[in-house]
Amino acid sequence: MSIENLIVLLYVLVLASYVGFELIAKVPPTLHTPLMSGSNAISGITIVGAIICSGPLPGEFPLSKILGIVALFFATLNVVGGYVVTDRMLQMFKKKK
Amino acid sequence: MNQNFLTIIIQLAYLVASVLFIIGIKMLGKTHTARQGNIYSAVAMFIAVVATLLVRDVLSYTEIFVTILVGSAVGTYVAKKVEMTQMPEMVALFNGFGGISSVLVATSEYWRMAHDADIAMPTIIGVTVVLSVIIGAVTFTGSMVAYGKLSGKVNGNAITFSGQHAFNAILFLAMIVASIFLVLDPNNDLYMILVLAIGLLLGILTVIPIGGADMPVVISLLNSYSGVAACFTGFVLNNQVLIIAGALVGASGIILTQIMCKAMNRSLVSVLLGGFGQGGSSTTATAGASDMQVKEVGVEEAAMIFDSASSVIIVPGYGMAVAQAQHIVREMTELLEKKNISVKFAIHPVAGRMPGHMNVLLAEANVPYDKLIEMENINDEFSNTDVCLIIGANDVVNPAARTNPASPIYGMPILNADKARTVIISKRSMASGYAGIENELFGYPNALMLFGDAKATITKMVGELKEM
Repeated sequence: MSIENLIVLLYVLVLASYVGFELIAKVPPTLHTPLMSGSNAISGITIVGAIICSGPLPGEFPLSKILGIVALFFATLNVVGGYVVTDRMLQMFKKKK
Repeated sequence: MNQNFLTIIIQLAYLVASVLFIIGIKMLGKTHTARQGNIYSAVAMFIAVVATLLVRDVLSYTEIFVTILVGSAVGTYVAKKVEMTQMPEMVALFNGFGGISSVLVATSEYWRMAHDADIAMPTIIGVTVVLSVIIGAVTFTGSMVAYGKLSGKVNGNAITFSGQHAFNAILFLAMIVASIFLVLDPNNDLYMILVLAIGLLLGILTVIPIGGADMPVVISLLNSYSGVAACFTGFVLNNQVLIIAGALVGASGIILTQIMCKAMNRSLVSVLLGGFGQGGSSTTATAGASDMQVKEVGVEEAAMIFDSASSVIIVPGYGMAVAQAQHIVREMTELLEKKNISVKFAIHPVAGRMPGHMNVLLAEANVPYDKLIEMENINDEFSNTDVCLIIGANDVVNPAARTNPASPIYGMPILNADKARTVIISKRSMASGYAGIENELFGYPNALMLFGDAKATITKMVGELKEM
């Protein structure tokens, strides 16, 4: 990775963090748990990294591939489980009929 | 297909996914759009996954598809089966999975680079691998300990030993030293193993001294860490969507952590140092408990008090979750409303074991969310309320937080339950709350203790109310 590339990534990081702070600062307490479990599912985005690492490599690095596959399993659990459970929770939040 | 063209497609898909994540998380912040927001973010995740599968390196689809299928099946099964009362430990568990996955991805990438003679690992990558491994490892073991504590598999109290902080500090320093050696000499696996091992150990050691009621802070913080770990993994792999999604989660976790700390009037540092409510304060609590006069009330009498009231505020706490009393509480609410008695719920931000715990429990029991009022909006109403029913809450209604500067919870914002004309406290025993201090409210002239399991006593009370 070149320095220029790193700087670009740092820009992305800083701007995304700023957006995150702005978006979440005023979430009502009712939604604290779904927000947490929903954002927890988003943190399963490492699934993308896991897929990249699970790709075939020049035969010499079987360990990298195994680690990638295990990572993929846990990331999928995190993503799918997280979204389903958040949806279940949000489904229950109802206003007075 | 042309390789450049494919790269552009993938990058554009990542951009779309990033925008959808941002929109999704924004919609997750409003009650009427939250469910759709969650779906948007799931779609974003799907797009990111499909785009990644297009990467030319990824050709071994079979293993990948099988793993994704198995992971999805297990994830869906667990998520559908889990009880709403088990939500805090569920969140902790999934959070830990995110952490371990970041660790494994960074380790996998490290292994490939360190053992490929053609690649000299750049220093930048070394630094990001180290950060990703450390934060991921702490997230993983920390979340697992939190899971153990919340599900009752591990002792939920603060576990402390002498020299704990010094020991942690030494480990932390050792980890920094090993990290520096790893960055300077990235091909030496020993340093990598050291960094990983110490990271895993630190995750355990930093969460064990933190007791039950501080869990909302810990869960929020670990949630933030899992985002930060994903973020650094993005640096390792030079992947923007990982950085953006990770940063969003990191930010949301930090905000929740701040809200929780503020609601307890404690600094993050004091929560992390742990051991709250241990030692000194517990001895004074036992000494004080003997000279407080409390008045008991029976179920029938309590039902009569409710029947003659015109306004009621219910203050739920962790005890309601333990007793699983939320459904019967809802039944009682409906009964009282039929008698034209107004009923509201007062929710303290740290009631329970995770942010918003009470809201989820009551939503499960079909209590409409507009009946749940935040502390700031309901505190002035207590003085005009006939009856305040406290179910399994303790420290969040302790007037010592307002009046007694010597109290460990002095300054913590509390619900003004004591201002109601009559306060009925449903509680199993006189045991003190998490802070280990006596609650002077129980001895107030307007306070009545309704001893017994919350579910059992309220069920009996509902029976009485039906006959009135």
